[in-house]
Amino acid sequence: MEGLERIVKEHPFFAGFAPAHADLVAGCARNHRFDAGSYLFHEGEAANEFFLIRHGRVALEIVQPGKPPIVFETLGPGEIVGASWLVPPYRWMFDARAMEMTRAIGIDAACLRGKCDADHDLGYEMMQRFLPVMVKRLHATRLQILDVYGKR
Amino acid sequence: MAARVIDAGGLGELMALLADEGYRVIGPRLREGAIVYDAVAAPDDLPRGWTDRQAPARYSVERREDDACFGFNVGQHSWKQFLHPPVERLWSAERGEHCVRLAAGEDRPEKYAFIGVRACEIAAIEVQDRVFRDGPFTDVAYARRREQAFIVAVNCGQAASTCFCVSMETGPKVESGYDLALTELISGGRHEFLIEPGSQAGGALLARLSSREADGADLEAADAALANAVAQMGRQLDTDGIKELLQSNADHPRWDDVAGRCLTCGNCTMVCPTCFCTTVQDHSDLEGARAERVRSWDSCFTLDFSYIHGGSVRQTNKARYRQWMTHKLASWIDQFGTSGCVGCGRCITWCPVGIDITEEAAAIRAAPGEGGTNGRA
Amino acid sequence: MTIDPFLPALYRVDGARRELSDTVTLTIAPMAGARPAFQPGQFNMLYAFGVGEVAISMSGDVEAGGFVHTVRDVGAVSRAIAAMEVGATIGVRGPFGTGWPVKEAEGGDVLVIAGGLGLAPLRPAIYHLLANRGRYGRVTILFGTRNPADMLYRHEIEDWRRRLDLDIDVTVDHADQDWRGNVGVVPNLVPKAAFDPEETVAMVCGPEVMMRFTVAALAEAGVPADRIHLSMERNMKCAIGLCGHCQFGPTFVCKDGPVMRYDRIAGIFATREI
Repeated sequence: MEGLERIVKEHPFFAGFAPAHADLVAGCARNHRFDAGSYLFHEGEAANEFFLIRHGRVALEIVQPGKPPIVFETLGPGEIVGASWLVPPYRWMFDARAMEMTRAIGIDAACLRGKCDADHDLGYEMMQRFLPVMVKRLHATRLQILDVYGKR
Repeated sequence: MAARVIDAGGLGELMALLADEGYRVIGPRLREGAIVYDAVAAPDDLPRGWTDRQAPARYSVERREDDACFGFNVGQHSWKQFLHPPVERLWSAERGEHCVRLAAGEDRPEKYAFIGVRACEIAAIEVQDRVFRDGPFTDVAYARRREQAFIVAVNCGQAASTCFCVSMETGPKVESGYDLALTELISGGRHEFLIEPGSQAGGALLARLSSREADGADLEAADAALANAVAQMGRQLDTDGIKELLQSNADHPRWDDVAGRCLTCGNCTMVCPTCFCTTVQDHSDLEGARAERVRSWDSCFTLDFSYIHGGSVRQTNKARYRQWMTHKLASWIDQFGTSGCVGCGRCITWCPVGIDITEEAAAIRAAPGEGGTNGRA
Repeated sequence: MTIDPFLPALYRVDGARRELSDTVTLTIAPMAGARPAFQPGQFNMLYAFGVGEVAISMSGDVEAGGFVHTVRDVGAVSRAIAAMEVGATIGVRGPFGTGWPVKEAEGGDVLVIAGGLGLAPLRPAIYHLLANRGRYGRVTILFGTRNPADMLYRHEIEDWRRRLDLDIDVTVDHADQDWRGNVGVVPNLVPKAAFDPEETVAMVCGPEVMMRFTVAALAEAGVPADRIHLSMERNMKCAIGLCGHCQFGPTFVCKDGPVMRYDRIAGIFATREI
């Protein structure tokens, strides 16, 4: 587990995390490797883990009947995939596909939720990091919806 | 050359001499209840014995007790309609089988002589000079008309309630920018004009008129007339720091207030002697063989004035009124080094709902900082 | 100035290349004499006989023989110009306006950030940077567009990507699965780019919304406001500061712009309906 602790502590998302908290998180963590083209998760599945990308690229997609899926965001090293694990009913709302070989740390959602319930300081630290990421994504999505490059 | 004195006969001589020299002589005339600028040939064409009564959204003329030729202030016309015509063809083009030929605009080499130009109006002409003649690009036609214009100025002996040239430091006394300056001296039995040359051309013309030397009493009477105009000055506008004041109050609630009254009719821009905005239209004949480009007066109050990419930048009344007033009193200083306002009061008189630029400026000054520079909701 | 600045000069269309379904690049040469010199970032007023004029930035090399203009069909005039064929006559007034600060940027890093058609007015600057590569530090191009099919100058972008002395990152608003690049907005490319914020000049061109949020991302990354340059756009009629239409606060986009230094316009840039 020491390797994972180090990896968690060094991941940009956890910059400034107290070592004790990092240990708690690492306790819920495990390594993943996704081959190019494979899916981290599908829409509707239980959001059991969220992922910190260490290497590679992940496309977030939405499927539509009769048409190929649309990619609405790509995420790379240092970025977080998934917030649905924080919000009931804890189900994924889109697909996540590895565009290339991707290594990521998966953090068990139920495990981390339990630890956050027990240690509210840990919970607060997690929220403090998650919220800015979500706000930035929401903001980017709004810009995309504006279709600024389209014709008026 | 020193000041002289002429009488109404002398004024007639002056007008006739100018016509002989090939000038198109333009001056004030009474027409359909307003004093406008049009061709004049003799002093009797002028609104002798008439004056104007002006207030926000109010204009009327009424009889004076005397027979003064210039006993009024300014009407809806300004001299800009002659120097910067409302409609002008910039160029025309012909498309042949293998080529296109372009010909520069209409040749209207009008030599104008303006009779009765007020100090505020000279200031306005000089404001437009900075735009059309003295910038990095020159409106060649404007420069030509301007150079050929002969200006007979008139010192105001009274002020309308909407005048505020004193605040804008543009009058009522004409200090420069004229060929000849008249001050009407009318009291008791006498009716004469103090006449002062302001240029070589003016001096030369004066020398050909029957005139007498001006004495101390004449000069005193002229000063008294001007003092009367100053005393009657209807309004005032505090220009101290006005640029910073308006530019840092883009979101002042007063703009919403005036927006509730402003009809965006654009009257103010039409009567303002310094407003210069124009638009262009390209026309072609049905065969597509001939085309021309015509420039005409435009107003920043129109909805499509600021149109880009499927919409206008300034859609609301608030934005458009703010643009006009901020440009006039503030941005103009950044752009051309002077205020755009000369205090003639036309915008106040001719606004159908009586919006008063001096009142709006005072309202923002009274409670500044109620809206910051940034468009925060 | 003895030339009448209202009068167009006649040019001939020498080349017309379709870039996208609604966008064409024209190469034009004067019927008589040589074309005037221009700076990257400047624009011409292009005239279609009997239809009208429109302001289009130069999008070609300053050293090339004619003018190059990339035109998107968004209205009557641009449609007429985009439809011109080789041999057609086109009227030209210009060059007008201010250019990109390619001289000022020497000695430091350069960020060229384009959104959609905004890449066209930046392309002459890119050519200049590449032709004088030794004078600059790290040169990075960030480009965002709607989707991969709508990517302007795609082949050239691929050529740029192959260079070892240039970083280029491209993103699209949305894509299908064949796209192997980024999907997301341009401002999000800024934190991932490698540049020294204290020694960088940023040149940004694109839809105003995109520029607004890109400027925010640059500020967050530590680029000073006086080293960020935008290309502004407003209604243009005369292009010579005499008609009043292009006013943007106290500035005229035709002569104080289109390229403007951000610290000089920060206040009005953030004000609505100005």
